[in-house]
Amino acid sequence: MSITGVSLKVSGTATLLAALTGIPLSFFISHREFRGKQTLLTLINTGMGLPSVFVGLFVFIMLVPAGPFGFLKLIFTPKAMIIAQYIMVTPIITGVSLAAINAVPPAIRENAYTLGGNRKDIAIVVLKEAKFGMVTSVLAGFGRAIAEVGAILIVGGNIAYTGSVGGMGEGLSYTRTLTTAITSETSSGDISVALALGLILITINLSVNAVASMLQRRG
Amino acid sequence: MNKTLLKIILLMMFAALLSGCIQPTTEEVQVEMRLSTTTSTCDTGLLDVLNAQFEAENNVKVLTLCQGTGKAIATGELGAADVLLVHAPSSELAAVERGNFIDRQFVTYNYFVIIGPLSDTADVKNATSAPDAFARIAAAQAPFISRGDDSGTHKKELGLWEEANITPMGEWYQSVGKGMGDTIITADIKQAYTLSDRGTYLAMKDKVELVTQFDKDQDFLYNPYHVMAVNPEKFPDVNYDMAVKYIEFLTSSEVQDIIREFGLEEYGEPLFIPADDVINGV
Repeated sequence: MSITGVSLKVSGTATLLAALTGIPLSFFISHREFRGKQTLLTLINTGMGLPSVFVGLFVFIMLVPAGPFGFLKLIFTPKAMIIAQYIMVTPIITGVSLAAINAVPPAIRENAYTLGGNRKDIAIVVLKEAKFGMVTSVLAGFGRAIAEVGAILIVGGNIAYTGSVGGMGEGLSYTRTLTTAITSETSSGDISVALALGLILITINLSVNAVASMLQRRG
Repeated sequence: MNKTLLKIILLMMFAALLSGCIQPTTEEVQVEMRLSTTTSTCDTGLLDVLNAQFEAENNVKVLTLCQGTGKAIATGELGAADVLLVHAPSSELAAVERGNFIDRQFVTYNYFVIIGPLSDTADVKNATSAPDAFARIAAAQAPFISRGDDSGTHKKELGLWEEANITPMGEWYQSVGKGMGDTIITADIKQAYTLSDRGTYLAMKDKVELVTQFDKDQDFLYNPYHVMAVNPEKFPDVNYDMAVKYIEFLTSSEVQDIIREFGLEEYGEPLFIPADDVINGV
């Protein structure tokens, strides 16, 4: 796979899994009262700003063969990188999506109720109202994941396949991403390659956000 | 924004996804061997040449982790690598002593060099030994960049300060905690001295203005590389068979010849000298 491919695969998968967790979780939090809700909210808010190197260190300790989950043999694989990014992205998607749900005016919910809607109908109404906020939450999560370097460098190891010094081609990367490649290319003095990788990274971010703003305007 | 632009962007994203995701994933089927090694063997490109041949001969994928020697040994001691190629003999022997590594073999060597600005404000060029060169840098308070990352080169640097009876301290002595390439680039920007292995410096020579200021002290600047396997008795999941093959491969006379020739054409001098030449007394 190419460096760009590994970046997209790892961050895309992590964001998808985080969305599948975070969006239902935000719904649950906003519609239910339960013990420890405040603690959970505090955890989510803290999680939104977790330092990526710390997440990397934590996942590293968990996954090394001498660690508690060493038997899974995940250290220095793309899966380990997905796990680390999932931990970072889930709180972001949950938090932003929760804010979007909370911003839905109570009158809309009440109207749906007055018109005879049951719990499910009300949920659908809220979902429709908050959908742009949710798209934003997923994009914010993806933005963090694709730009992140600290955690995946530690748990992925920036591994390129043999025959790839200073290169950018296909079939090159195992756990090397755009961001980790920028660090190693800069280290070896290949500034032009690092710059080119940076441009690819910016292009990805720009495209994702352009589509998002497009969707929001049309909606 | 109009619809055409949206289409173009969507097309670009689709193309990016295609290039990334729809690839045949053949990587899972093959046997893998994790090599934890130093930045110098990676940055010079030597491993690329050697590993390509090893992969072809043994139908294996070599996953190379380019770390400093300290981190490479730590990775091995956690069982997260199968084989190591490193250059800090005392740390290696201590780790072998702890029972974490076996089958340690001498592969190659080169020499460290003290590089610095052309102006040579500390007059390192006329030093009588490597510790004397360091003493001159300290006396002149000339800027010095330290790796500060527990790598083989960092350990060597600390040893040289000790030998010179100096505790490096002050604004002139700066630790960056990074690999050799980064350290050379930082030293270049700051017009500072630093210690480098010859291989990495030669590989980066054209990208920086720093020059070799001292390389005459063959005793103190000796830089041997050893290969060793992670002990399968401590970590049963390691690929010990492949590690043994890799050790045999690196020490074979065929590969030793490749090491002797490596970089000769591009840099005009060899980056690494094979262990065979020492053993045969060349």
